[in-house]
Amino acid sequence: MKLFTGKLRLWTSAWVGIVMMGTFILVGIIGPWIAPWDVGPTSLDLAHRFEGPSAQHWLGTDSKGADTLSQLLWGARSALQLSFIVTLISTAIGVALGVMAGWFRGAVDEVLMRIVDILMAFPGILLNIAIVATVAQPGIGVMIVALCANGWVGYARVARGQVLALRERDFVAAAVALGASNRRVMWKHLVPNSLGPVLVQMAFGIGSVIMIEAALSFLGLGPQVDYTWGAMLDQARTFLWKSDWVRVYGLVAGVAIMWVVLGANLLRDGLNDRLDPKQRGR
Amino acid sequence: MSIGAFLLRRLGGGLLAIVGVSILVFAFLHIVPGDPVDHLAGGDATPEQRAKIEKCMGLDKSLPGQFVQFMGHVVDGSLGQQCPDPKGKPTVAGRIWEVFPHTLWLALAGMLVAIVLALPLGMVAALRRGTWVDTLATTTSLSMVALPQMMFAPLLLFWFFVTLGWLPGPTEVGPTAIVLPAIAVGTHLMAMLARMTRSSLVEVLGEDYVRTARAKGLPEGRVLVGHALRNALLPVITVVGLQFGSLLSGAVIIENVFARPGLGTTLLDAIRERNYPVVQGTVLVIAAIYVVVNILVDLAYGLADPRIRRG
Repeated sequence: MKLFTGKLRLWTSAWVGIVMMGTFILVGIIGPWIAPWDVGPTSLDLAHRFEGPSAQHWLGTDSKGADTLSQLLWGARSALQLSFIVTLISTAIGVALGVMAGWFRGAVDEVLMRIVDILMAFPGILLNIAIVATVAQPGIGVMIVALCANGWVGYARVARGQVLALRERDFVAAAVALGASNRRVMWKHLVPNSLGPVLVQMAFGIGSVIMIEAALSFLGLGPQVDYTWGAMLDQARTFLWKSDWVRVYGLVAGVAIMWVVLGANLLRDGLNDRLDPKQRGR
Repeated sequence: MSIGAFLLRRLGGGLLAIVGVSILVFAFLHIVPGDPVDHLAGGDATPEQRAKIEKCMGLDKSLPGQFVQFMGHVVDGSLGQQCPDPKGKPTVAGRIWEVFPHTLWLALAGMLVAIVLALPLGMVAALRRGTWVDTLATTTSLSMVALPQMMFAPLLLFWFFVTLGWLPGPTEVGPTAIVLPAIAVGTHLMAMLARMTRSSLVEVLGEDYVRTARAKGLPEGRVLVGHALRNALLPVITVVGLQFGSLLSGAVIIENVFARPGLGTTLLDAIRERNYPVVQGTVLVIAAIYVVVNILVDLAYGLADPRIRRG
């Protein structure tokens, strides 16, 4: 019975995570097409500022009279784009470096781990802020660079740890004995076999990228548009005292962020349980 | 490995990391386009004023010369000159000293909130594992991890300052001014700690020594406090320590919402002003805090767990 409940919980957490992330991805892809209003500068409608839900604006309007629901949907697109691009680039860099460090050991490993130490010796979000804030024109490109700058570290550590364990395994020794080149061993054996934990890290990574992006936009360092979730939160904070609908406006964006981060965490926990039976039911 | 050798190795590594961060930031500041003198002097500055600022910041020297100059300021403890001397604080170290107590208090208060909430929550969840209590506690802490501070902090401010008027708002001073920021910082941390406490305690409760303690007839309370908790809290100590380190480097979002001075805000402002000496000095201090706290955490871990000391 205990085992059964344990298994059930694990699957619930993973499935809930998958459904939540799935919704986010779907909304991120089709959001701008189904958005009822435009969100650009043309959406300016000062006669209808901070209104409550109505037939025209289901979730009300913002400080410029723009439609909240449309901003939410466009925000999903920008969050999806940024988090996937950053996560993929970070993973590629991290896995490549981590696998090389773990396989070649020696100087390569030493240098990489020192770089990792340096990046870890500094709080991540301040580094991101530093990079974004030094550039005069913040935009999505700068944001990607900033988030990748330290984003790869986690993946490198995971991949390196995997390779250090894998290199002692018989099938790797067999491949080397059969005369496989370093490149072949890494591509055919080490990378595929270390992907499981990397995937877990990616699920988590998407959530944290979205959180950091929102924080940067909140501090006014994001792409200078109104329709990212962080910018929405910033607007809600600025006009907090104006009316009750301002708080609703902020809640819409905040709950959206929470939804994705919660989904990412649940998915990670679920995958973790599946990949590591020792962790099951903890 | 003896404590001495361990310390020496970690301090050496830490020093390397700090120097690395400094070089990185130094290089980065000089790669990115944008003239610091334009920012500090303003558009209508005379060439003499510009030259004065340039000289004050050491920008008239070569790049390696500037780095050597910065290292000199690190050694003499001033961390460099404030140019052009705003607010009567002539050195960068002076400016950092001014804001650091605010950061320290917020970190301590936030940590207190987190620990007071997290330990009972995590313990109850572990002891009532699999029941609705556990589900509730776990769901609560998971949602708190995901709760954006950018939403939570302004809402706190609205409820307790604007609507209820119970607690002071931004920029106000007084003993209760710390309460709201501390809650905002603490709830996020609380969630992490509660999860950690729960999983660690669940694991320990399944260990042989706990079964032995129960089998020899110890009352459940003593099993829990003397055997289970003592071991279960080890990983929690690590997380507390590391999170404390990151709090000490400034909770930028919270400082921003509550308009509190602090290390994070100082760095952010300095980057915006392109005040190179302040950026470099603050980064150095933050990295040093991080490294030292990390080493202290490892030492505390060794003191709390004899098995590690022997290993």
